[in-house]
Amino acid sequence: MTDRPTLTLSHIGKSFPGVRAIDDVSLDIHPGEVHALLGENGAGKSTLMKILAGMYQPDEGEITLDGARVVMRTPLEAKALGVVLIHQELSLVKELSVAENIYLGDLPRRSLGRVDWKTLYARVGDILKRLKCGFTPDTRVGDLSIANQQMVEIARVLTTTARVVIFDEPTASLTDAEKIVLFDIIRDLKAGGAAIIYISHRMDEIFTLSDRITVLRDGKHSGTLATTETNEDEVTRLMIGRSLDLTRRIEASTPGEVVLDVRGLSCGRLFQDVSFTVHAGEVVGFYGLIGAGRSEIAETLFGLRAPTAGTIRFRGEPVSIASPAHAISLGISLVPESRKEQGLVLELNCRDNITLATIDAMANGPFLSGSREAAVFEKYRERLRIKTPGWRQVVGNLSGGNQQKIVIGKWLATQPKLLILDEPTRGIDIGSKAEIHDLIRELARSGYAIIVISSEMPEVLKVSDRVIGMYHGRLMREFTAEEVTEDKLVQAISGIAEKKAASA
Amino acid sequence: MNRTLRWLSRNPIWGFILLIFVFFSLANPFFFDLQNFENILVQTSTIGLIALGMTLVMINGNIDLSVGGIVALSASLVVDIQGWEVFAGWGDWQLVPAVAAALLAGVALGALNGLIVWWTGVDAFIVTLGAMLGIRGLVFVYTKEQSFYAANFAFSDFGSSNIGPLPTLAVVFLVCALLVHWLLSQTVHGRNTYAVGGNRQAAVNAGIRIGPHMMVNFIILGFLAALAGMTLASQMGASTPTLGQDYELWVITAVVLGGTKLTGGAGNIVGTLGGVLAIGILRNGMNLMQVPAFYVLVILGVILIAVLFLDRQLNRKGQEGYRL
Repeated sequence: MTDRPTLTLSHIGKSFPGVRAIDDVSLDIHPGEVHALLGENGAGKSTLMKILAGMYQPDEGEITLDGARVVMRTPLEAKALGVVLIHQELSLVKELSVAENIYLGDLPRRSLGRVDWKTLYARVGDILKRLKCGFTPDTRVGDLSIANQQMVEIARVLTTTARVVIFDEPTASLTDAEKIVLFDIIRDLKAGGAAIIYISHRMDEIFTLSDRITVLRDGKHSGTLATTETNEDEVTRLMIGRSLDLTRRIEASTPGEVVLDVRGLSCGRLFQDVSFTVHAGEVVGFYGLIGAGRSEIAETLFGLRAPTAGTIRFRGEPVSIASPAHAISLGISLVPESRKEQGLVLELNCRDNITLATIDAMANGPFLSGSREAAVFEKYRERLRIKTPGWRQVVGNLSGGNQQKIVIGKWLATQPKLLILDEPTRGIDIGSKAEIHDLIRELARSGYAIIVISSEMPEVLKVSDRVIGMYHGRLMREFTAEEVTEDKLVQAISGIAEKKAASA
Repeated sequence: MNRTLRWLSRNPIWGFILLIFVFFSLANPFFFDLQNFENILVQTSTIGLIALGMTLVMINGNIDLSVGGIVALSASLVVDIQGWEVFAGWGDWQLVPAVAAALLAGVALGALNGLIVWWTGVDAFIVTLGAMLGIRGLVFVYTKEQSFYAANFAFSDFGSSNIGPLPTLAVVFLVCALLVHWLLSQTVHGRNTYAVGGNRQAAVNAGIRIGPHMMVNFIILGFLAALAGMTLASQMGASTPTLGQDYELWVITAVVLGGTKLTGGAGNIVGTLGGVLAIGILRNGMNLMQVPAFYVLVILGVILIAVLFLDRQLNRKGQEGYRL
């Protein structure tokens, strides 16, 4: 590390309507340094990175690069200055090829504005070789797995001589082998003198890779530590403001009768030969990588997809679930993965959203009964502790946590026996998260059978009575709450257990 | 053989063309005739020219409803200006300011559409819906609801002339098709057209300036629509203020038949060429068989839906298992 930092942020502030996203954050990153950035969802990491990548403008503060003050108004300007962001949400054009995506916005040209295909394919070929990718430059990106798409995203950094590289959760969908390649690349970049910002939730990665760690909390700078002089506990404390054992189970349950019994369920190449049971009063957690087939199982149970094999018994009766309407009438509800796209009508008010799935019961003949709707809303507002000024509030204006409670309320109103929650706390602040976890346990206590699908291990461990690990469309292992540990679960969902079994 | 089949499954419209071509050849003795093929090409060229530009705009994820208005305006301009007294002594050179003004009007209106979409962020459908009404109004104001007649005979002759064995208008269309195909498949601008329509956020993140980019495509479409207006006026030797009415619908039908997605990101000129030819052959063939005009519309509507359904069945990768 040299004395002059490559990149300095001083007193950066950024507000959105109603939210102070970044509040007086200062940060410096030196050449050849890997600087980890941590914080809960909503702590302001993504906003800060978007400011660095030229996608947002800070309201206050300044950015200096190599000692000179810079203003980056667009991603192109940031790129020209050598600041590159590897996006967490895949920022790829599915219809175009790998090579075209890697050089998007910067395609090599020949005369007359033609694309120089030869140069393009040669360069991309080299990059893919360096990344040990098993696909060719002319593959259509839409045909790649999510993990390979992530590698394409990463390959983009290698096209420029970047001064600052920002990795935003790059390993979220990678296998272990791919992770090792990625870490090698990061070390290469570091040796070449690049300044690297590494955002991740995974402590092990951060402690393996980083030189220093900066923690954000509620948009504020919570602390910067040298990696060698700290430990996971201290970092966690900075992150959430208190010491907390995130993996502790809340309580044990007393399961009742079998509500759902799935045998050998398959759906094309999405998932195969899946068998499990869920009892009344029990929470079963599904853990796995994106694309492991968890959401697809939920969609099949909810009648959105037609299974290609297997049987489903619901409350003892064999059923063939033909549609969501059929699922609802049986007593199955699905709180979907994406609240804003699949769960809510954002322009409608709280009351209208909560009664959306039970609208028939709200009517006298063709006429809706406003008072009956309001009564349903009040019931769930109280029970779920939804914080809103009143039922007239448009749900688009509520916080993520309260929006999620509205969705849960909507499905509880259908009086289900089985409640499936897909990523119930995605994008929700840590306070509401704990509340929703408590709520899930409370619902289990009152007799609901519950499936929770989550990509966050602490969440799965915290709320589940049993945990099922999935990998590539198959159930790998099932654990009871007593026997499950982080290690076992990681092995189950990354295919390590499978490899071991195969070599044994 | 396998490659041909795969190509056809990606461009089902060409399979359909083959089908109707064989059908009309067998059903009507006047269909399979070189002169008739030339007719089809000329009849197709007007819609076809606009469809080339519309393909770019639609791959971008936009749409332009104002093309019919541009056709009428450019036709009126080119026919009117060549008769101006100022240019009376210019001989055939009087066509130069007329053609320039018509093309310029198309380019300017395309640029205006693009600018409004860029600066206001209002959906292109709304912007060009307004432009469609506005431009048509402008045409009525300009022409005082009158038809114009071409003063220069060379202008009218152009529409029925030949280059070698081929009608000039067909050649103009095919050359433009080649140029746009090349633009879309070989150039950086063409790649960016797919990127902007396929994933707008990704394009922004990659540093593509999508505002100016989309404007360029609107300008190309404006230019081609103006060109189409002129070829139409040349064929008739006149212009009427209602010229080009409903053209936006025919053009969009042809482009969609050719496999371009309404949501953007996918499509190509080979498909669009198929789309306009399919419509041209159907209209020509049914005309020869003396199917009443209104039935032709009904049949075309049914075929549009049928072909797109077929396309969905053939290309539903990744959608497996989802019930609707």
